[in-house]
Amino acid sequence: MSDPVTLLKKAKEGGKKIVGFYCVFAPQELILAADALGFALCATKEEPIADGEKTLPRNFCALIKSSYGFAVTDKCPYFLYSDLIIGETTCDGKKKMFELMSDFKPVHVMKLPQSYLDDNDKLYWLSEVEKLKSVLETTLDVKITEEGLVKAIRVLNEERLLMQELAGLMKADPVPVSGQDLLKLMWGRNFTFDRAQFAEQMKEMIRDVKEIIASGKGAFPKGAKRVIVTGVPTGVGAEKVIKIIEDCGAAVVYIENCAGMKQFVTLVDETKAPMEAIAEKYLNTPCSCMSPNPRRMEILDQLVEEYQADGVVDIVWQGCHTYNVESRVLKDSLKKNSNTQFLHIETDYSQGDAEQIKTRVQAFLEMMN
Amino acid sequence: MIVAGIDAGSTTVKVTLYDGTRMESWLGLAGWNPRAEATALLGQAVANWDTDLEGLGYIIGTGYGRVNLPFVSKSMTEITCHAKGAAFLYPGVGTVIDIGGQDAKAIRVDGNGKVSDFIMNDKCAAGTGRFMQVMANALGLDVVDMAQMELLPGEEVCTINSMCTVFAESEVIGLLNQGYSRQAIMAGIYQSIASRIATMAATVCPQSAIVFTGGVSQNVWLCSALENKLNMPVIVPDRAVFAGAIGAALYAWDEVTK
Repeated sequence: MSDPVTLLKKAKEGGKKIVGFYCVFAPQELILAADALGFALCATKEEPIADGEKTLPRNFCALIKSSYGFAVTDKCPYFLYSDLIIGETTCDGKKKMFELMSDFKPVHVMKLPQSYLDDNDKLYWLSEVEKLKSVLETTLDVKITEEGLVKAIRVLNEERLLMQELAGLMKADPVPVSGQDLLKLMWGRNFTFDRAQFAEQMKEMIRDVKEIIASGKGAFPKGAKRVIVTGVPTGVGAEKVIKIIEDCGAAVVYIENCAGMKQFVTLVDETKAPMEAIAEKYLNTPCSCMSPNPRRMEILDQLVEEYQADGVVDIVWQGCHTYNVESRVLKDSLKKNSNTQFLHIETDYSQGDAEQIKTRVQAFLEMMN
Repeated sequence: MIVAGIDAGSTTVKVTLYDGTRMESWLGLAGWNPRAEATALLGQAVANWDTDLEGLGYIIGTGYGRVNLPFVSKSMTEITCHAKGAAFLYPGVGTVIDIGGQDAKAIRVDGNGKVSDFIMNDKCAAGTGRFMQVMANALGLDVVDMAQMELLPGEEVCTINSMCTVFAESEVIGLLNQGYSRQAIMAGIYQSIASRIATMAATVCPQSAIVFTGGVSQNVWLCSALENKLNMPVIVPDRAVFAGAIGAALYAWDEVTK
């Protein structure tokens, strides 16, 4: 019953429209207000990469090759059943990949500005969000009303607050749950059919975690080294480095990237006009594709303090130039502001370098003694 | 009380015994069964000191083989151990460059021999002992002969462009076929490795004194190529090969005396 193919088929038969997107810049409120199901399709598995490489250059990042491999082979049911794909120009690789994808699927690409700081960029992004609204209305044959948007904002803000509450519980020592378990829950949100049900699950999880904290137990012994993970998305299937960190005995107390908390830290302002407020929230995403990206540095300074982190691990996929360059900026910023230990790991979806990464992570943890 | 540090590297195994004053080190090849070689070498070391495994108060294993040593009390990474060992062998060290059989590292060290930053090569063998070994093979040399080759007066150094071990080997074969001398090719290989290491080290902003450890530190030509590329003096202390095992033994000593 609960397998995605069956659920997707049933939803389609019931007249539901399905929208796939690739990035946390895609305004999910619009999809919800269009009464469609939205799924994040950024792929995290190694298997489809070979199919991706039939078309894409080998030195592209694993995420793009895996996503394209899934799409082109119809192996991802969420992609297969999507009525529309929303692409985002977060990097050159993805931008060109969406061009190829549009040959076999209806794709609408949202063109991001290069910065979230300037007023003209904000205005321009609002026009892109407006354009998406009309594309959704035409393609899905629906009307997105102001009332629908207000409701969608409320639903997703509530989810964001629940995510924030759950993540905040990781400030406890001992850490109540492992970073890997937290990741699974956040990942599950990408494939939610019923938002109310998901909110209930979240509340239940928060209750459970509070109980664990009250009992004094935890996933790691009290005093275990506390690590914040940042960088590229590290969804389930691509959690290699997070697993290595935790296997080495340190707790991943916060996952800052797009597979983690990045999209949940800011709410859509409910006091503003819905479209402006939505555009504002999404453009504020502290992604390395924005230049410059001071918000990411500020957020990490704050997180290191709040979560009492002993170190920050920046995970970067080979071929992801913007995160790779920004690693240096982040390292210097953390050193200057809090002298926090920093480790940059450049890797891909394969397991070939697991032992080398383990040595690096262990040495990194030994530095904290 | 006697403690031991074992550095089970990809190519050689090193054992250091330490009792707070006396320190001695032994070296053996890792072979195809590094665990057995490490066990045998440790056995030989303790026999030399008229004791046995039970006579050891604490054993720390490091290096690639650290995960597979049944008798160790604890394992630590070679990064941490080389820093500690280098600071012991050369007090005042600011940066350690360790080139072993299959990896290369640049490690920034603070005044107490603690790591403050490091970089390590990725899964590729460029700039490591293995790279040198493959090139030596292509030239019909062993690693010892290789270190004895000298350029003739006025002879020009060949350029090796490829960092990849497999491509560089093809390049070397190509140069041999064009009639270049082995020493000119070898000098080019040193330049290539030194560039690779210097570029890697630059990311941790190397500070003097620079101490070169690991098996590859024994090659004087590479050492001087590295000095040129880094534009800083490179120190190779006695026992540089044993830095990892010495560091492990010193950490073992800290464990029993803390």
